[in-house]
Amino acid sequence: MVTLPVATLPPAGLDLQASFLDVIQGLGLSDGLAHLLWLPLPMVLVLVAAVVGVLVNVWLERKISAAVQQRIGPEYAGALGVLQPLADGMKLVFKEDVIPVRADGLLFTLGPVLVLVPVILSWLVVPFGQNLLISNVGLGIFLWISLSSIQPIGLLMSGYASNNKYSLLGGLRAAAQSISYEIPLALAVLAVVMMSNSLSTVDIVNQQAGAGILSWNIWRQPVGFVIFWICALAECERLPFDLPEAEEELVAGYQTEYSGMKFALFYLGSYINLVLSALLVSVLYLGGWGFPLPVEWLAGWLGQSVDAPLVQLVTASVGVVMTVMKAYLLVFFAILLRWTVPRVRIDQLLDLGWKFLLPIALVNLLVTAALKLAFPAFFGG
Amino acid sequence: MTIASSTQLICFAVLSAALLLGSLGVVLLPNIVYSAFLLGGVFLSMAGLYLMLNASFVAAAQVLVYVGAVNVLILFAIMLVNKKETLAAIPGLPLRRVLSGLVCGGLGVLLLRVAFITPWPLPGPTPVGEEATIRIGEHLFSDYLLPFELASVLLLMAMIGAIVLARRDVFASDVITGEPVDQGLLEKTRTPLLSEIPALESTP
Repeated sequence: MVTLPVATLPPAGLDLQASFLDVIQGLGLSDGLAHLLWLPLPMVLVLVAAVVGVLVNVWLERKISAAVQQRIGPEYAGALGVLQPLADGMKLVFKEDVIPVRADGLLFTLGPVLVLVPVILSWLVVPFGQNLLISNVGLGIFLWISLSSIQPIGLLMSGYASNNKYSLLGGLRAAAQSISYEIPLALAVLAVVMMSNSLSTVDIVNQQAGAGILSWNIWRQPVGFVIFWICALAECERLPFDLPEAEEELVAGYQTEYSGMKFALFYLGSYINLVLSALLVSVLYLGGWGFPLPVEWLAGWLGQSVDAPLVQLVTASVGVVMTVMKAYLLVFFAILLRWTVPRVRIDQLLDLGWKFLLPIALVNLLVTAALKLAFPAFFGG
Repeated sequence: MTIASSTQLICFAVLSAALLLGSLGVVLLPNIVYSAFLLGGVFLSMAGLYLMLNASFVAAAQVLVYVGAVNVLILFAIMLVNKKETLAAIPGLPLRRVLSGLVCGGLGVLLLRVAFITPWPLPGPTPVGEEATIRIGEHLFSDYLLPFELASVLLLMAMIGAIVLARRDVFASDVITGEPVDQGLLEKTRTPLLSEIPALESTP
């Protein structure tokens, strides 16, 4: 386990695992069995959260795009069309799953799986509270970076296996884009990691906890924030960077030949990735589960101890709500961007990545290092 | 046997099997694209083995560098030049196969012998766990500084070489063949398509 420096030790917060293990052991079961019962719970919970997040995301996309274009959007499926994404999903589940005759069946099936699995695995490190994450691995954010680099292999695989020139071009574009934007992304993350002296996402959030909104990383890393957001959008293949599936040029890129559940996997993967990126932006730059005013102060003004069970419960709920709210604010901006800006060309995309973002990210890293040496109190000495 | 140790044993068996079968497939499969994808699988199972040795940072770096960069670039190169053409028959192919098989087999026997006669200290050193990242950083900037910097110089040389090879158009003659480069082909002026169409005014 990661040990926190004593000076910044936050209140312990809600520890569901410990409480659950206590209850199970109270029923007379052994320690190992209790652990075994606990293990699947957070995973299933996060998987469900990710899928529900996608449904919300699809609904938002439909509604916001409609508002941007002065339409009404989905209306009849449920109140305000909230059941529309569910209807979309059901349609995809029941559609015929076609594998083209000349396609490579094995790789064609494996491609979408390889795209989706790393994205879901990355949810391992997303914290919703001090102890509200699947595993506080020391690698933290680095695990996400390395997992997200597996995705282009799945895209190349499905592009190749489809035996279609548009698919192949889309797959190649996806790989080129993903490789180019990974480097500035990693450099932007590195600057944050340098300030918090840890790769762990929990430590990164705790380092921003001191003075509420004022101590969030966005004020100390404004350039890094912009670089990270641009790169995250490019990695998610969102407009203005959706070249791999540019409809006007490539039909649908690597997904051209896909239908039914395999297409749904791509669809799910891209939206889970968007929510994940937004969550990580909020963790890295917007204080994660932190409330704009530190909850310790609020509890102090109300004359409550932060360790009281009820206060802990409220704090944890506020933390989850804050994380999700920040993430969905960013998702809102991503959707608004998608429906307002035009797509960049492939040469502009690569120019932006290699000739602009990469040097800026390097300079940002160097300046952060210099500031950390000069003002260790503000930049995490 | 506890749950943890039996899980570990099963994981080790699965990963080793994947590693061995995958690498055999990389070498033996006739389709180069399958070989490249299997290579990614081999790198991933190797990362899994690192993970089982409690070297999580090395495992993540393995995935990032070998799967995310090296393997993707190999695939990229294969798919950009993957022309369906029948290659000219190489003379004496069976003999070559036997020879290279013998060399590889000999190397394998040598490695197995080393693995069996070396007195391995068991159990190994205690894993440092999460501190590994800090330790690796300290070593890279103290006693391994020279190899680290030399590796970066090597990469720089490779990069400059790649740029020279890729930008042949800036040279008057081809770097490899020595033939003059047809630069007119690269900088052909664009002729607008519509101006060559007969005037539309003639239509009534």
